[in-house]
Amino acid sequence: MELSLYLWLTIIACGIVTFLIRFSFIAIHGRVTMPEWFTRALMFVPIAVLSAITLPEILIQDGGVNLSPFNARLLAGIIAVIVAWRTKNVLVTIVVGMLILWGLQFVMR
Amino acid sequence: MTSRQEFFAGIRAELPLMVGVAPFGFIYGALAAQLGLPISIAQAMSAVIFGGSSQFIAAPLIVAGTPALVLILTVFAVNLRHALYSASLAPYLEKLSVGWKMLLAYLLTDEAYAMAIAHFQAAGEPKERHWFLFGAGLTLWSFWQASTAVGIFVGAQVPSEWSLDFALPLTFIAIVVPMLKTRAYMICAFVAAIGGVIAFGLPYKLGYIVAAIVAIAIGFALETRAEVGRG
Repeated sequence: MELSLYLWLTIIACGIVTFLIRFSFIAIHGRVTMPEWFTRALMFVPIAVLSAITLPEILIQDGGVNLSPFNARLLAGIIAVIVAWRTKNVLVTIVVGMLILWGLQFVMR
Repeated sequence: MTSRQEFFAGIRAELPLMVGVAPFGFIYGALAAQLGLPISIAQAMSAVIFGGSSQFIAAPLIVAGTPALVLILTVFAVNLRHALYSASLAPYLEKLSVGWKMLLAYLLTDEAYAMAIAHFQAAGEPKERHWFLFGAGLTLWSFWQASTAVGIFVGAQVPSEWSLDFALPLTFIAIVVPMLKTRAYMICAFVAAIGGVIAFGLPYKLGYIVAAIVAIAIGFALETRAEVGRG
């Protein structure tokens, strides 16, 4: 199949999946009740998925795990966790994390 | 309130949040452009998927040639939290037509949900309150499309030394950390993070899905045990 058509179909499928998630309970309200364990398990999903994506993004560089104290992304990431915990503010966390990364990259150059 | 008043109240409530949403959309557009994603695809993702975090994750996966099924599964996993919002808002929207329900479901994002549920819980039973969610959702939608477009066109000129891609893990840290209110959630995050690194080498980028499933099982088991212990 042509690459761009394949891409378009994939994006549309992702859009439909996302829409169906958002429509799900609004659509079936009053007809089906979800078991309590299901909604409880649902709370773990974003935490697990986002965590499993994030740490490799920070630690894995050029195909290997970089645990060195000179890994600027690791240091900036740790500080971002602290900032996120204290402020609970998405924008502040992103801005502080980026500034720390730029500062460290500048110093370590 | 009339439908018109509800609509504008929704817009007013949502506007302050755009301080966070617009830079996020800009960074997404810039990242997509830097990764070499076609402009039409990058913008279409904002319109068709309309889910910031999932677009952030999907962009590099697409460029890496990830199989469609894994990509769709990833978007599903990242956006699954919206099912909670759907469940939470459903009782307030039950009298609407299917068309309204579909429109509001399409516009249902983290920020629109946050404003709408606060308003719904405070406002009693006004008949036109769905216009509030529509106003809030439409505001976010407009800012998201515009900031993506600016990011795509300006972002290609942003040098790669700026490490804009680091905004992705930072965003996830900012979303996840405030969610870690119990020990079970913390352990789940920890297991998933370490597991994601260990399983990173699995083919088709399946590593983090495996790590996430294991972490969910462990976190859920811990929570269940804690509740049984209390009960």
